[in-house]
Amino acid sequence: MKFLGFIIVCLTGALLLYGTGEFPGWGDPHSPASIHLSNDYIEKAVEQTQVPNLVTAVLADYRGFDTMFETAVVFCAGLACFLLLRDFKEKKERFYRHTPTGVILHVKDSKKVLKTGKEFEHMDKDWVPSDLIIKTICRILIPFIQIYALYVVAHGDFSPGGGFQGGVIFGSSLILLAISYDLKVLVKRVKEKILGIFAAIGVLIYVGIAAICMPMGGNFLDYSKLAPLVPGDPHHIRALGMLGVEIGVGIAVTAVMVIIYINIVSEGRHEEGL
Amino acid sequence: MHWLIDLIVLTFVIFCAIAAISVKDLLGTAILFGAYSFMMCLLWAVMGAVDVAFTEASVGAGVSTVFFVAAVFRTSRRTKD
Repeated sequence: MKFLGFIIVCLTGALLLYGTGEFPGWGDPHSPASIHLSNDYIEKAVEQTQVPNLVTAVLADYRGFDTMFETAVVFCAGLACFLLLRDFKEKKERFYRHTPTGVILHVKDSKKVLKTGKEFEHMDKDWVPSDLIIKTICRILIPFIQIYALYVVAHGDFSPGGGFQGGVIFGSSLILLAISYDLKVLVKRVKEKILGIFAAIGVLIYVGIAAICMPMGGNFLDYSKLAPLVPGDPHHIRALGMLGVEIGVGIAVTAVMVIIYINIVSEGRHEEGL
Repeated sequence: MHWLIDLIVLTFVIFCAIAAISVKDLLGTAILFGAYSFMMCLLWAVMGAVDVAFTEASVGAGVSTVFFVAAVFRTSRRTKD
């Protein structure tokens, strides 16, 4: 069976390599895409949209419909993770540490819940929280990572970046909090309900901005028709529309990343984990 | 100069890819996938696709490695085959 698989992989690889031979060379000016399409974008995008980063202009404006459904796909990934993994059953046994003495209690009765506070604290069965150095470094780093993520979202029109990357970086800063401290610290700060609402709100911001254009007299996703709603230079309205859309993508991606992480790492119980 | 960087990074990409499927330790595989993504990110950057490189670095090398590690933490660390 392994041999058969190896042959199939080799055949597929050979076919792919054979197919690559037909591709135009990298940066070939005579390739079909470069003959008229790329030139059109490069010459007119800045003039039409006032956005210097052409990639963002193509992604969020010329191909905005495509990006909208990509955001919906990310939302569906989070939803699928929640539906497959989430387990609402209470865990049968718990571990507590008596803080003054350091004695560890193993409670097997699921109904018996000790109040955690100064006297008792929760313990994970198979995850020892990190030590002081890691906690302190992460506590110092996390705000900077989050500010950087906001910068990536807000500056996506001018430099590489955008909603998706910024959202992922913001989500990973929250994941870093969970890894360096404890899953409970994250779950306590960022409630599951809020995460779900944020994931939906992100997609709704995108769809909402796209849909508002229709009663204003334009097509779906035609940001230029939003000019009367926003004060300022009407030439920049497409850039502002893209910024709004990117913020929506960022919110959705942040929430979905955290949902996926929490559900995977705690087997859907949201209690113990990395 | 371009082709030299391309050659070195591509060698590392292939090395990481082969190592990732042949290593028995799944945690090691997760790390190797992260290294693979980072090498791909370098390749995108060399080709001038900075946005794609950024996405590869944040999603491929960052978050997906964490997801792999989380999944390994909850399942088994060694492969069966």
